[in-house]
Amino acid sequence: MLNTGDILETIKMIQEENLDIRTITMGISLLDCIDSDIDRACDKVYEKMMRRAEHLVKTGEDIEKQYGIPIINKRISVTPIAIVSAATKQSPVKFAKTLQRVAEGTGVNYVGGYSALVHKGFSAGDKELIESIPEALAETKNVCSSVNIGSTKAGINMDAVAMMGKIIREASEKTAHDHCFGAAKIVVFCNAPEDNPFMAGAFHGVGEYDTEINVGVSGPGVVRAALQKHPDANISEIADVIKKTAFKITRMGQLVGTEASKRLGVPFGIVDLSLAPTPAVGDSVAHILEEIGLESCGAHGTTACLAMLNDAVKKGGVMASSHVGGLSGAFIPVSEDAGMIDAANRGSLSLEKLEAMTAVCSVGLDMIVIPGDTPADTISAIIADEAAIGMVNSKTTAVRVIPAIGMKEGDTLEFGGLFGSGPVMKVSSFSSSKFISRGGRIPAPLQSLKN
Amino acid sequence: MRAVVAVIGKDTVGILAKVSGICAEYKANVMDVTQTIMQDLFAMTMLIEISNLTIDYVDFADKLKNTGTEMGLQVHVMHEDIFNSMHKI
Repeated sequence: MLNTGDILETIKMIQEENLDIRTITMGISLLDCIDSDIDRACDKVYEKMMRRAEHLVKTGEDIEKQYGIPIINKRISVTPIAIVSAATKQSPVKFAKTLQRVAEGTGVNYVGGYSALVHKGFSAGDKELIESIPEALAETKNVCSSVNIGSTKAGINMDAVAMMGKIIREASEKTAHDHCFGAAKIVVFCNAPEDNPFMAGAFHGVGEYDTEINVGVSGPGVVRAALQKHPDANISEIADVIKKTAFKITRMGQLVGTEASKRLGVPFGIVDLSLAPTPAVGDSVAHILEEIGLESCGAHGTTACLAMLNDAVKKGGVMASSHVGGLSGAFIPVSEDAGMIDAANRGSLSLEKLEAMTAVCSVGLDMIVIPGDTPADTISAIIADEAAIGMVNSKTTAVRVIPAIGMKEGDTLEFGGLFGSGPVMKVSSFSSSKFISRGGRIPAPLQSLKN
Repeated sequence: MRAVVAVIGKDTVGILAKVSGICAEYKANVMDVTQTIMQDLFAMTMLIEISNLTIDYVDFADKLKNTGTEMGLQVHVMHEDIFNSMHKI
């Protein structure tokens, strides 16, 4: 018989500590939909995606009911559209509209993969796709875009970095009437993972199965609640508590992923070992750091606490799952985390500190609202800095910043729902234009002589 | 298939009778029951076999939950596997 204490603990995690499965994401390859006729290609894309994902939402809901675990999002990721659209030699916006139709037809809340991989250089279709991002995101609601501009093996494509600064600004301007939401749907990556189930950066890499199921878990509230029970523990003990908690959270992800893959008849890809916060009270990564002993997230010591947290989450999670992948680690999106929002508002969390934090945790500068008059070159320079951290440390880093058109430091941009609200954060007013205008490539770094 | 029924709330007369009554009505076989009183709180967990349920699993779970609500209790019905996977290596 099961232990009553264990049963009650699980129920408490779900009821009071916001434990949930953040997303079941179905990755679908579109390589067999390529056609030089864009309309025919779009028809094939629509047909294949609708066929594969027909039962995705229903299956997610059934599992939710049977196990009593909330599954917040059901999503789809696809082959980077730049690869699919290259043969058409036309603007790929039609593909974005097709993805939107699939989102509506299947009931998923996001489709990711309006993407291009240009970490070394542009191939056919890449520039056209990147240039079309602002239009594609303004004309669709549930389509997400990502661009990989650097990697540890290739270096950083500075021409792409320069382009992305402009694209992010343009996406924000085109959706200024809608909380600048276009920019919140673009992620610029260095070392992008090919099996990431989380939006906005999900796409389905070319080395993956034809169709697969990836699962992203959540649970900052559970980790914090576990730490609250150990107010006097030392850091070794704290790390152990986090590992045990991460193990339990990840086991739930593994169970749901395996079950979804069985019911849908597609292979199970990975569990993304993540602590993904939401703006809900008690679901914050910043609050975990504060529970460990910081007065406010962003104080000196934040980077060290986050490094320990991130590592412990991975150590606990790795044993709980047969396959781990995606972004795996603690997320630190500002607008989606109640504790981060408070820390930014009270002035303890700055862009510079966030940048340091990204060197030791999953992803990067995420959901950060910057002043509306930030020049494109400055955004590009923010991307370059962040990509450099990822490139040198052989890890994924990303930038998702939102220039709040018409707003300045101290204002607040409201998104609503899972996206929360973001205080406009200070950006350096000194120019990086000359550096960005040079173009070219940052050569790949040495992987030895590490100091 | 086996499910866990967890009942939490203020202790009153007849909780076990009511819950097991519903189980019997829809042919869910009770395999094990544990109950404790923690402070003032009544906590009961029940392992049931639901392969021969005469109604849909979701409807059955709803019936138990609604009965619980009427008695001022929280009732959760969840598949056994979730607990096995989270708490056993």
